[in-house]
Amino acid sequence: MPVSWLILIVLAIALVGYMAGRMRIAGFHGAERPHSLPNYYGWNVAMKAMVPAFLLLVVWLIVQPFVVNSTVSAQLGEGAVPEGASMGLVMSDVRRVAEGLDAAVAQGLMSPEQVTDLRTEFSNVRERIAAAGVALGSNVTAPVLAAAQTWRKMNNTGTLMMSAVVLGLALAGAGWGLAQTKRAFRARNTVESGVRILLLSAASIAILTTIGIMLSLIGNTIHFFRIYPAADFFGSFTWSPSFGGGSQLGIWPLLWGTFYISIIALVVAVPIGLFAAVYLSEYAGPKFRAWAKPMLEVLAGIPTIVYGLFALLTVGPLLLSVFGRDGLGWMQAGTAVMTAGLVMGIMLIPFVSSLSDDIINAVPQSLRDGSYGLGATKSETIKQVILPAALPGIVGAILLAASRAIGETMIVVLGAGAAARLSLNPFDAMTTVTAKIVSQLTGDADFASPEALVAFALGMTLFVMTLGLNVFALYIVRKYREQYE
Amino acid sequence: MSDATHTGGGQRRTSLTVADARTKRRNATEKRFRIYGLSAICAGMFFLVVLMSAILTNGLGAFQQTFIEVPVYLDPAKLDKQGGRDPEQLAKVSTFGYAPLVQNGLFQLVSDAGIETPYDSAKDMKALISASAAAQVRDWTLKNPDRIGDTVSFDILASSRVDGYLKGRVSRDGITQDKNIDAGHLDLVDALRTQGALHKGFNWDFVLGADASESRAEQAGLGVSMLGSLFMMLVVLFLALPIGVAASIYLEEFAPTNWFTDFIEVNISNLAAVPSIVFGILGLAVFIQFVHLPQSAPIVGGLTLTLMTLPTIVISTRAALKAVPPSIRNAALGVGASKMQSVFHHVLPLAMPGILTGTIIGLAQALGETAPLLLIGMVGYIATNYPDGVISGFMSPNSAMPAQIYEWAKRADPAYYERAWGGIIVLLVFLLVMNVLAVLLRRKFERRW
Repeated sequence: MPVSWLILIVLAIALVGYMAGRMRIAGFHGAERPHSLPNYYGWNVAMKAMVPAFLLLVVWLIVQPFVVNSTVSAQLGEGAVPEGASMGLVMSDVRRVAEGLDAAVAQGLMSPEQVTDLRTEFSNVRERIAAAGVALGSNVTAPVLAAAQTWRKMNNTGTLMMSAVVLGLALAGAGWGLAQTKRAFRARNTVESGVRILLLSAASIAILTTIGIMLSLIGNTIHFFRIYPAADFFGSFTWSPSFGGGSQLGIWPLLWGTFYISIIALVVAVPIGLFAAVYLSEYAGPKFRAWAKPMLEVLAGIPTIVYGLFALLTVGPLLLSVFGRDGLGWMQAGTAVMTAGLVMGIMLIPFVSSLSDDIINAVPQSLRDGSYGLGATKSETIKQVILPAALPGIVGAILLAASRAIGETMIVVLGAGAAARLSLNPFDAMTTVTAKIVSQLTGDADFASPEALVAFALGMTLFVMTLGLNVFALYIVRKYREQYE
Repeated sequence: MSDATHTGGGQRRTSLTVADARTKRRNATEKRFRIYGLSAICAGMFFLVVLMSAILTNGLGAFQQTFIEVPVYLDPAKLDKQGGRDPEQLAKVSTFGYAPLVQNGLFQLVSDAGIETPYDSAKDMKALISASAAAQVRDWTLKNPDRIGDTVSFDILASSRVDGYLKGRVSRDGITQDKNIDAGHLDLVDALRTQGALHKGFNWDFVLGADASESRAEQAGLGVSMLGSLFMMLVVLFLALPIGVAASIYLEEFAPTNWFTDFIEVNISNLAAVPSIVFGILGLAVFIQFVHLPQSAPIVGGLTLTLMTLPTIVISTRAALKAVPPSIRNAALGVGASKMQSVFHHVLPLAMPGILTGTIIGLAQALGETAPLLLIGMVGYIATNYPDGVISGFMSPNSAMPAQIYEWAKRADPAYYERAWGGIIVLLVFLLVMNVLAVLLRRKFERRW
């Protein structure tokens, strides 16, 4: 039974349970009034029918593939793995064969009995599966076919058992809820504590996400360091992956590109953003502010792919015409550190200006009034009183902007080039950590090769760097806010 | 400021109406500082204007496409050798059978019009028409088998070089190295244009059509990837909104102050600042490697973007819940509602406009996000097929609007660059509509307590 049907049936049971629960309590009136409103009795039944059944369904769907996988690979044994292949490859073959057999049955090309009696000695399994629209890379060997048969059998019985258990659980839950439905039963309290648990589990998804990020990064990073020494990763100054093997995967050229581009972006964004924030909060009238602030923030709402294209097709050629071979001769191609840095700077302007604006506005008016009272001009007040008072917050804002710059992907993928090099010339093409994560994971590479796994180590580095910056920046901003509250 | 007190002996002549040198200097500094601020804002505006004009000037061309009106003789000797118009027999003739007919049609058109060209065979003119023309004629013929033997006039897509020539993208100097077209073809295009057989029209296929292979830029459209984006946004909406609202209600209304609540809050504020590419890694490792969901499927993209959007929605929902004054809660509790009832019957409906505004902004952010989609394989998939149903819309491979734009930008063909810019216009129109909707919602339902 497909999962979608199972879900629908459980929902139907819950609906029927809801109505039954309501009807059962609706008979009481007057002095015999039940503890809660009829709806709550209905919800109690529906909740008990749905929640355990769906939980079990989810757990089963996650666990079953693992059980099947381990049983089948144990059945195959190491002997079935040919020279130069890995267990994972053989298992994916098994999966393809099983899918092909399922497809053949679904299309009526073979009867279920024929499939179970299939032998490699008597029929060309590859051809028969290809007829069902599933193409196989190689001929099917006897152990693989046997494994695929086990795979199908286990999955079929597993799904059948799952359907039975889930439906049974839903019915039992509904029965339990109905049995509870009595006049004195405190249905509202039960339902409300159930809802509270649901709310709590929704809030915990944030924790689960963080754990998921950590596990997926750490697991694969450890895997990577097992086949590629960590000392080379952190110690080498060369980045030259070659999928044939023998690649050098030193992180320093990538870190240097990341930092160089981020620094150029900040050099563009910080002065403009800061001056804009000062003007908006100290000089601008309410009308100008109401108009200029949203306009600047439009820059923050534009997707990064737009900036990437802008860097690749507009800014790059423009810079090339000035600094390229026809101009000063410093630039080889349109994609360069300067291109990506400038465009990223434009993207960060509203980020710096909005945050600094908030922070400058939080400086108490009394400080300004005191400064004006001593005869200072507006600019003197800003330079000598407001900015020093707001400095920690502004530093926090700049750090947040830096963390955005380090983690930015699309602009550097399109605008910075692909060559990993350590150079001081801002008109050279360089590459960054994020750009290399993309290029190492989007090829056709095998996930088990160090060239693909290095992306997870890079991701880990990126995550640690941005997390550190964020935590530090938020700490500074929070501390600063407390100062004036 | 305090100089006046220092001067001991002779009183300096100062006047309030005539500024002395020092005051002048201070006033000049003041003025300069003000100008710096104003020019910073002008710089920001300038960048915005440059960006927008770059998008519009480069992208508007994608919405126009050049068509050639070609009368094609549907030769029964080629298309239906048996006669009898049997659909199965007709379907056996592939597009290779139709291509010569279209080329002959064009040749006929040119010679009927009396245009002098150096080309004396139909094949030499194939540079003018899109490679998709044969499929277009074939599809039409299979639907109208009774018209075989007639001469039917088709509006056929001109090739991307011809289209670029009419739009000014392809110049005569630029094509000397081009193998696909030469100057004679452009003369022919000019002649056809004065003849009236060549016309430009609004390009619905760009907005609604499917992506095409690398050599057929004129045929590529955004429609299929738009559907991919739509299915992803549905996943995000139906997961992120309920989960985000539930999480915010818990944190804002029920959470006790303890380490666990603090831990959740720290997690949410950190997730809001995690680079989007890290969410892509998460999606790849968890949803594809671990759960074995199909690669490139909108459901995986939707789940990944849901996790990415959740912090945004939680933060804005909490702000909306906070804005509801405590007197509402107290009044509900006072007339005997439980805590849960006061939240779900009173606070939540009042906070709804704010929540919806935050959700729309979160969705807009998710719609434009590209980096995570690169990792879960929604790039590189050529979205030529519309999904054939809701389930396959979620589960079968597709692209998404920003991923499609990235794909076009990578193809390094000026015709595709134009498409990429045009795609950005479509994307920005969607974002604009969503943001305007959010602003209107806020204006209409905003309540000052």
